Amino acid sequence: MKILPGGICQAGTTRVNKTGGWRNFKPVYNYDLCIKCKLCELLCPDSSVIPREDGFFEFDYDFCKGCGICENECPKKAIDMVLEEK
Amino acid sequence: MPRENKLDKEKMVVVEGSYAVAHAVKTCRPNVISAYPITPQTHIVEDLSQFMADGEIPNCEYINVESEFSALSALVGSAAVGARCYSATTAQGLALMHEVLFNMSGMRLPTVMTIVNRALSAPINIWNDQQDSISQRDTGWIQLYAEDIQEISDMTAQAYKISEDKDVLMPAMTCMDGFILSHVYEPVVLLEQDLTDKFLPKYEPEYTLDPKDPLSYGAFADPNYYTEFRYLQEQAMQNALKKIEDVANEFYDIYGRYYGGLIDEYRTEDADIIIMAMGSVIGTVKDVIDKLRNRNVKVGLLKVRAFRPFPADAIRNVVRDAKVIVTLDKNITLGLNEGALCTETKSILYNTDINVPVIGYMLGHGGRDIKVDTIERIIDEAHEVIRNGIKTESQFIDLREEIL
Repeated sequence: MKILPGGICQAGTTRVNKTGGWRNFKPVYNYDLCIKCKLCELLCPDSSVIPREDGFFEFDYDFCKGCGICENECPKKAIDMVLEEK
Repeated sequence: MPRENKLDKEKMVVVEGSYAVAHAVKTCRPNVISAYPITPQTHIVEDLSQFMADGEIPNCEYINVESEFSALSALVGSAAVGARCYSATTAQGLALMHEVLFNMSGMRLPTVMTIVNRALSAPINIWNDQQDSISQRDTGWIQLYAEDIQEISDMTAQAYKISEDKDVLMPAMTCMDGFILSHVYEPVVLLEQDLTDKFLPKYEPEYTLDPKDPLSYGAFADPNYYTEFRYLQEQAMQNALKKIEDVANEFYDIYGRYYGGLIDEYRTEDADIIIMAMGSVIGTVKDVIDKLRNRNVKVGLLKVRAFRPFPADAIRNVVRDAKVIVTLDKNITLGLNEGALCTETKSILYNTDINVPVIGYMLGHGGRDIKVDTIERIIDEAHEVIRNGIKTESQFIDLREEIL
């Protein structure tokens, strides 16, 4: 990649840089407990909580950095942070 | 080659230095002005706001802000959308801009800012020295220093042309001594609108912020990329060396006025003693040189117009055959007991075949007058160095020991 003076670049290029690799713990839903309250979607700082047609959500592991905010905020404890093993 | 400075007496008017600068800014057709008033810069921004109120600056926004930090931050955004930007400040105000100075040069945004040089607090002092701009030398701003009101006025247009050049794209400070130049009335030729429109083309940047075609400026550069951005900034400064000379010549061709490019020389031919200085003290030094030349003292002046980029080659060429170099500094690097011009001059002579002693004098701090007899005393001491070598490499020359 060539650089431009001043660090000028196309906008929206964070889509190319998949930051999911920074994660130590990955969030996993327990759909039996989830009440579809959408707090996880609202509070995710990386827009990595993706709504599904059935009203539940799933994680975009390409960009989820594993910050755990969703687990912390979930009122039904429906999200577990599971150690990432590669 | 020294050039005759052709001042058209028909065009001359007597105005305050600040007015001449404000008028020059107006003539350069800025699109955004943002500044916060601070002594002794105030008259420049007052005059500009008067021009705005009178509708004399078309297609321009004057942004009122709550601090110098905001003033320059507003210009970062404005320059990124392709506006020709202007600000002015001094001392504590410039210090408050410190972080944004790096942002502006790092994003390679052309801008011109007049620095009305003033001492830094504490103790509080509103009078002139050059500690404020010298302290910002590593921020990636071009720094030019003017000798008189005519030069600082004309330098404004020159600075835009240098800063906006596609091979440079670095912001520029034009520095004038506070009060000594900003508040003095002198006969000057105000920057001519018709000639300026010929000299200074419209600013047309290659990239601009545009919601229809979004870009990111100053984006994240991790250790894999950051070094290359710093390298490009240094390359731009090296390109500016030539551009400053070219622009001074182009200015002469159109306006007939010339003050030197990177440097200027005054009676340096055959000079044993070469005095190096920046800013308004040049006038006093020239008077002393004329007086001493009448007594066959071989002394000359090297006026440093560009402090950043530092004109190493141009200086080496002038001082090569001198017997002693004397630097005058209205600033001090505390902990080294030297002014910046002294340090830089010594550094560009090391590792060369030039072996001329350099002695530095710090003077005129916090607005203390620099008198003719002080310069004469310095030249006497320079003679002593030629005869017996250096005893004191750098010192304050106008210290009042009786109050210590």
